[in-house]
Amino acid sequence: MKLITAVIKPFKLDEVKDALKGIGVAGMTVTEVRGFGRQGGHTETYRGAEYQIDFVPKVSLSVVVDDGAADQVVDTIAAAANSGKIGDGKIWVTGVDRLVRIRTGEEGAQAV
Amino acid sequence: MRTRALRIISGLGGTLALLALTPNVGFAQELTPDDVQVVLNNIWVFIAGILVFFMQAGFALVEAGLTRAKNVVNIFAKNMADAVVGILAFFATGYAFAFGSGGGDWIGSGNWFLSGYDDYSAFDGGLSPATTFFFQAVFAATAVTIASGAMAERTKFSAYLAFSVVMCAFIYPVVVHWTWGGGLIANISIGDAVYSDFAGSAIVHMTGGVAALMGAMFLGPRIGKYGPDGKPRAIPGHNIPFAVLGVFILWLGWFGFNPGSELAADQYVMSVGVNTMLAAAAGALFAAITIWFKAGKPDLAMIGNGALAGLVAITAPCGAVDPLPAAIIGAVGGVLVVFSVYFFDAVRIDDPVGAISVHGVVGIWGTLSIGLFAKYDDAFLGREDAGLFYGGGLDQLGMQVVMVVIIAAWVAIASGILFAIIKATIGLRVSAEEEAQGLDVLEHGLQGYAGDSTSVGV
Repeated sequence: MKLITAVIKPFKLDEVKDALKGIGVAGMTVTEVRGFGRQGGHTETYRGAEYQIDFVPKVSLSVVVDDGAADQVVDTIAAAANSGKIGDGKIWVTGVDRLVRIRTGEEGAQAV
Repeated sequence: MRTRALRIISGLGGTLALLALTPNVGFAQELTPDDVQVVLNNIWVFIAGILVFFMQAGFALVEAGLTRAKNVVNIFAKNMADAVVGILAFFATGYAFAFGSGGGDWIGSGNWFLSGYDDYSAFDGGLSPATTFFFQAVFAATAVTIASGAMAERTKFSAYLAFSVVMCAFIYPVVVHWTWGGGLIANISIGDAVYSDFAGSAIVHMTGGVAALMGAMFLGPRIGKYGPDGKPRAIPGHNIPFAVLGVFILWLGWFGFNPGSELAADQYVMSVGVNTMLAAAAGALFAAITIWFKAGKPDLAMIGNGALAGLVAITAPCGAVDPLPAAIIGAVGGVLVVFSVYFFDAVRIDDPVGAISVHGVVGIWGTLSIGLFAKYDDAFLGREDAGLFYGGGLDQLGMQVVMVVIIAAWVAIASGILFAIIKATIGLRVSAEEEAQGLDVLEHGLQGYAGDSTSVGV
């Protein structure tokens, strides 16, 4: 099993969710996060004084899938979250040692 | 007893016509149009006072919105204290110092705790002591709460309470005695010119603004307000919708503050209301234009300050000017407030909400504007065309300057001594650690936005 984590632009979340549901992904966990990459931050002004926003609001999305589905899920997220502009985010894949569905006690691929 | 009977009749509301048709009711025969007018006057001033009271909510929201979430409980606690302590302090001694039936030019005396009247609800052809007290008490609470914003996010709660008591019990009432109470300033004249401050640009707002300035100076800036290079940094407020809602509540409250200061239910209530409305709109618009040019964006918090600046500016001249000058006075206030906020940032006086600029600087402008634009006798001026632009010469402007200087000097000295004493005894400012963590938990033991508990299990 693989854990796929994607950090994307918040306004792209609905498109990514719909695309993943479209290829049969059964669940996901979403967290509001802040951070910066090459995009850096931006400046805002308040009562005439400028200030720097270093950490830009993003959405982090976690999906656990079977090994065989991982590439398709990554490609789907990459396509749906792409706006072509700087700050679109990143996707990474990590291995999962054990997975348990709490209600039934099912483990592994059955718990996905 | 006649006015007692009248009060009973008016309490029935809307039945006056019926009573007129039943001449066998003894006291109804004595009811004259003048009696009805007196009741209307008192009722209108009372309703206006209710509107002014609600300005406390506006001040609380503006101040909370323009400061950080970690201090929101402290902000509301201070505004609550201003209403609670302010009203009681004004009741105990403030009203006596301002309007007490004894005393002389310098200070009033008598009627402590609103005592010493045969009947404090009796109209006697004018406003009853109860009506006057109600209206003046909510004004006192307004004057004291202005300083709260300038002192936000770093003042000890106990220190603020001490300030609030002395401000409402003594410092502000002395200003009122010298002016509306017929004391010192009311007895000065330059040629035909006597002081005029219809609803308190100087008496209420500049008084609050000067106390705010002294408070901010004694406190010093918030940690992080100035960078290592000494340049002012933005500390954004946590809830702009709060701030703007607060501005609208204050704007609404001002329709009691200014038109209520007519102290009668007559035709001028509405023209004062129109002037108030126009000045606020013009103040907001011209603050928007000014900040848009200066910073490149129409900053909403600053536009809110502009609306309040328009209102503060028109508070003194609202009974003496035509509608177009009212809008101009408000517009100048809106421009002034933006430059003033920049100025105080540059001289390292940290005012998180712009209270010194809105109430102090623009309060001075509003008071002086009578010397330029006064056309009508506002019941203080005693003559028409007193303004420079209406052929009144410089006397009125000079008189307004004298008034501003006397009040500003008194409030600066008195509140300066007060803050120095507080600083030397209970201390004025919280510890750096407490300031960093926020005042809510360490001063009040409470979070403003605790959220739902995840551990209670229900």
